[in-house]
Amino acid sequence: MSPLTYILGWPLIAAIGLVFVPRNYRVIIRAVAVLATFISMLLAVKMFCQFVTGQAGYQFEQQIPWVQSLGISYHVGVDGLNVGLILMGAIVAFAAACCSFEIQSREKEFYILLLVMTGGILGAFASLDLFFFYFLHELALVPTFIMIGVWGRGERKNYATFQITLYLSVGALIALIGLIALYLQSGANTFDIPKLTEYVQAHPLAAPAQNFIFPLLLFGFGILVSLWPFHTWAPLGYGSAPSPTAMLHAGVLKKFGLYGLIRIALPLMPQAAQHWMQILAWLCLGNILYVGWVAMRQRNLNLLIGNSSVAHMGFIFLGIASLNLIGVTGAVIIMIAHGFLAALTFGLSGYIYRQTGTLEMDELGGLARKLPFIGAALLMAALAGCGLPGFANFVGEVTVFFGAWKVFPLVTGLALWGALMIGALYMLRAMRNVLHGPVPEKWAGISDASNVWRKLPYALLLASLLVFGCFPRLLTEKITPDAGKIVEMATENAGGLVAGDASSRERESAPSKQSDGQRRLTSAATEPK
Amino acid sequence: MNLSLISLEIWVIALGLVLMLADFWMPAERRRLLGYAAAAALAVLLVLNLGHCATGTAFNGMFVQDGPAVFFKRFFIVAAILVLFMAVEFSDCITSGISEYYSLIVFALSGMLFAASANNFAMLFVSIELITVTFYVLTSFQRGRLVSLEAGVKYLILGALSSAFMVYGIALVWGTTGKLNFNELALVAGQFAGNKIFLLGMVLVLVGLGFKIAAFPFQIWAPDVYQGAPTPTTAFLAVGSKAAGFVLLLRVLFTAIPSVSAHWANPLIIISGITILYGNLCALPQRNLKRLLGYSSIAHAGYLLLGVAALSASGQAAVLYYLSGYLFTVLGAFTVICLVMRHLDNEDISALAGLNQRSPLLATTLTLAMVSLAGIPPMAGFFGKFLLLKAVLEQGATNPGYYCLAFTALAGVVISLYYYFGVIRAIYWSQDAPADLSPIFLSGPAKVTLAICIAGMFWIGLFPNAMLNLATEAVKSLKM
Repeated sequence: MSPLTYILGWPLIAAIGLVFVPRNYRVIIRAVAVLATFISMLLAVKMFCQFVTGQAGYQFEQQIPWVQSLGISYHVGVDGLNVGLILMGAIVAFAAACCSFEIQSREKEFYILLLVMTGGILGAFASLDLFFFYFLHELALVPTFIMIGVWGRGERKNYATFQITLYLSVGALIALIGLIALYLQSGANTFDIPKLTEYVQAHPLAAPAQNFIFPLLLFGFGILVSLWPFHTWAPLGYGSAPSPTAMLHAGVLKKFGLYGLIRIALPLMPQAAQHWMQILAWLCLGNILYVGWVAMRQRNLNLLIGNSSVAHMGFIFLGIASLNLIGVTGAVIIMIAHGFLAALTFGLSGYIYRQTGTLEMDELGGLARKLPFIGAALLMAALAGCGLPGFANFVGEVTVFFGAWKVFPLVTGLALWGALMIGALYMLRAMRNVLHGPVPEKWAGISDASNVWRKLPYALLLASLLVFGCFPRLLTEKITPDAGKIVEMATENAGGLVAGDASSRERESAPSKQSDGQRRLTSAATEPK
Repeated sequence: MNLSLISLEIWVIALGLVLMLADFWMPAERRRLLGYAAAAALAVLLVLNLGHCATGTAFNGMFVQDGPAVFFKRFFIVAAILVLFMAVEFSDCITSGISEYYSLIVFALSGMLFAASANNFAMLFVSIELITVTFYVLTSFQRGRLVSLEAGVKYLILGALSSAFMVYGIALVWGTTGKLNFNELALVAGQFAGNKIFLLGMVLVLVGLGFKIAAFPFQIWAPDVYQGAPTPTTAFLAVGSKAAGFVLLLRVLFTAIPSVSAHWANPLIIISGITILYGNLCALPQRNLKRLLGYSSIAHAGYLLLGVAALSASGQAAVLYYLSGYLFTVLGAFTVICLVMRHLDNEDISALAGLNQRSPLLATTLTLAMVSLAGIPPMAGFFGKFLLLKAVLEQGATNPGYYCLAFTALAGVVISLYYYFGVIRAIYWSQDAPADLSPIFLSGPAKVTLAICIAGMFWIGLFPNAMLNLATEAVKSLKM
């Protein structure tokens, strides 16, 4: 049995087990959930450490046939692209389970849904079978809707539930049609991703098929990742969600679409990818600039964080759009870093909401004095969000910009401005409003995270951000070989299609500049020290 | 002539007669237990049938025992067993003649068994009439309730109308081609592809079948009849009668007139798309649970038509697969409705409030059924919809209409999430305070029924391999 099966299996088994626990055994229910996610996390850390860097192919593989006639099998395995994502997912899931003490009603159902969601997400990232990839994502997605609908907060809860359900279901189903069409058009008669990739390399998809399927995947996955202009579900949805759900969704589940683009859309449909990446580069400016601008106008801390999380997706899209080794590596690093960051900020805002009952920034103020630990953590999270060196986000963003500069100088210039100016402006202004200034009298009674258990999830997420921020080599050396393979597949045969295009010539030469990029990467990474 | 081929049908009819006769000798208070006896007898027949599947034809090719026939016969018997269990639970709402109710279910089953084997227009008409006429009675069985009588009358009028269309269509087909047997018709159908009278006849036959499966524009009866009929009747109507319509539709389109139906992709796509949208949109405002499921069953007829419209073997296999998941899902839902709402005047969704406290098993079953109907993993409905979509997209290269149809189906699925989740919300998080929090007593057989439905939903959803192979094998004998 592969450790991956255990990583995704424990939460699911615990969820089934919880069904049979009477609902008034609250401590046991909570303990089971925390323990299951804790075991998953330990196994994920162990797997991350045992991962052999640079080894060709997938590691920790396991394959069980499921439907032979259609070529569907349960197939899990990791390479450099998803090993970090699984580690991040498992850590965030544990932190989310720890933060779930804020749920006071119907705990049993909540923890069951949380565990199903955890197992589904980790499974989706571990899966090397297109069908299970989608199946497990859907398994994780549906609990999100129920959790927002039932345990959500705010007056617009029902509207938010409705909106997020519609948006994400449409996105997921468009992606499903794209995946089925991909399976049918490839003619490989298998849902197995490695086999499919191999087959498509030998028999490339026809150009019309690529041009039809790629936008389905791009926009299907794009809706799931809140690609501008399909992002409007995200701020309100996260603002209304209970914080563990927002942590898991914004942190982990949202990365599914990005991972799908990198793992499936780019290597299998290189020609269409070449074409669409030009458009994607401009769309991602919508995320960075427009949504950043919207974030500046927010008066509610959660809506601000939600918008900033959408804005961060822009950097990842920019990295993917650059279609070169440095850019894609950077995109994967931001995916991981943003997972920790989003979970941290939503967890902290959830704590503040539970203490004060509001997240309107006009009413808050001076909380750093009353909540030293939470306040300090929130400030660090905000600085990480602005891209301060030392945090993992900086590494990712700077890598993406190096990668994208060669292909889209204008877009990168604008995006840099968005990242440095807009991001810093709204984040720091929000921190001033929330943490500094005089303490309103009504907040005299609130208390900081008192014991280790309460502090643990936030400390864990902060530590992860710092570890990967100070030692980015832990990630980059794992990611680059496999990102290189993806980029190689995505850029081959490109010359014939878009000959004469300066940017594509630039991209073709990208793999040859690998060592150069690697050097820059390392220099960027060592800068904060 | 090979009588052994129809031994199953003979035994089922004999069972129906025995049930009627038993009414004379059974004391009134024990008669409800006859339902268990009937279900047990059917279970024995099912087990015996699993062993041997002699194939062949009988009565000069009128009756055929082949892959689809065997598959659907087992399907119908399983459905009838679960419906009989439900009927026993429902028996205290039926003032008199409960054993007649059981025997009518068994007679309807025999009609479905004949329908599964029909290979001739005369056989098709007779089996459909056997099903429909018994359902007229089954629908209006609660003579004391006005809605039940109203539903019966509506079903009678519209059913008689559709039968008239169908028999007229059969007459036209016979008049132009001189053939009633499907295999013989298939040989000559190509020559008549341009004959307007022949085509009119075929269209009228399909109108009659469209009425059985409640496809647009012949769906008007479904919500009213679903709402008014006694719950076990509704359940059998939703599963058995619809499946019988589909097996006949598959036979007519793909055995009798394959050369003609190959050109009917566009009409089928349009009907399927409109049926999906109509069913799902009309279900949105419904507050009556049985009426909601009536509209949902229209939508599901649309989904099933996806597989028919694909005009391919994988589409047909997807239809069979989807129906088998649908069987457990719908029967699970109706069993819960029957147990919770049998003493209520109307089946308003608000009656579900607090169900998770009154009976966790019932709440779980209904939740899983709704999740499966909505097509969410890991339940049966997800993989079924996946197969149907795959079958439709496979044909996308030949006709771009199939892509439109796939997106229509997708829109339908998204719309349906709203009302299926509405039901789940009513169970767990109802706004209005539950009127009644008394625990619901479940008899042993009722628990078994629910357990079978849950197991079926999970089994078909999580281990699709066996059922998919069965379905793929079964459709091989449909000529396409």
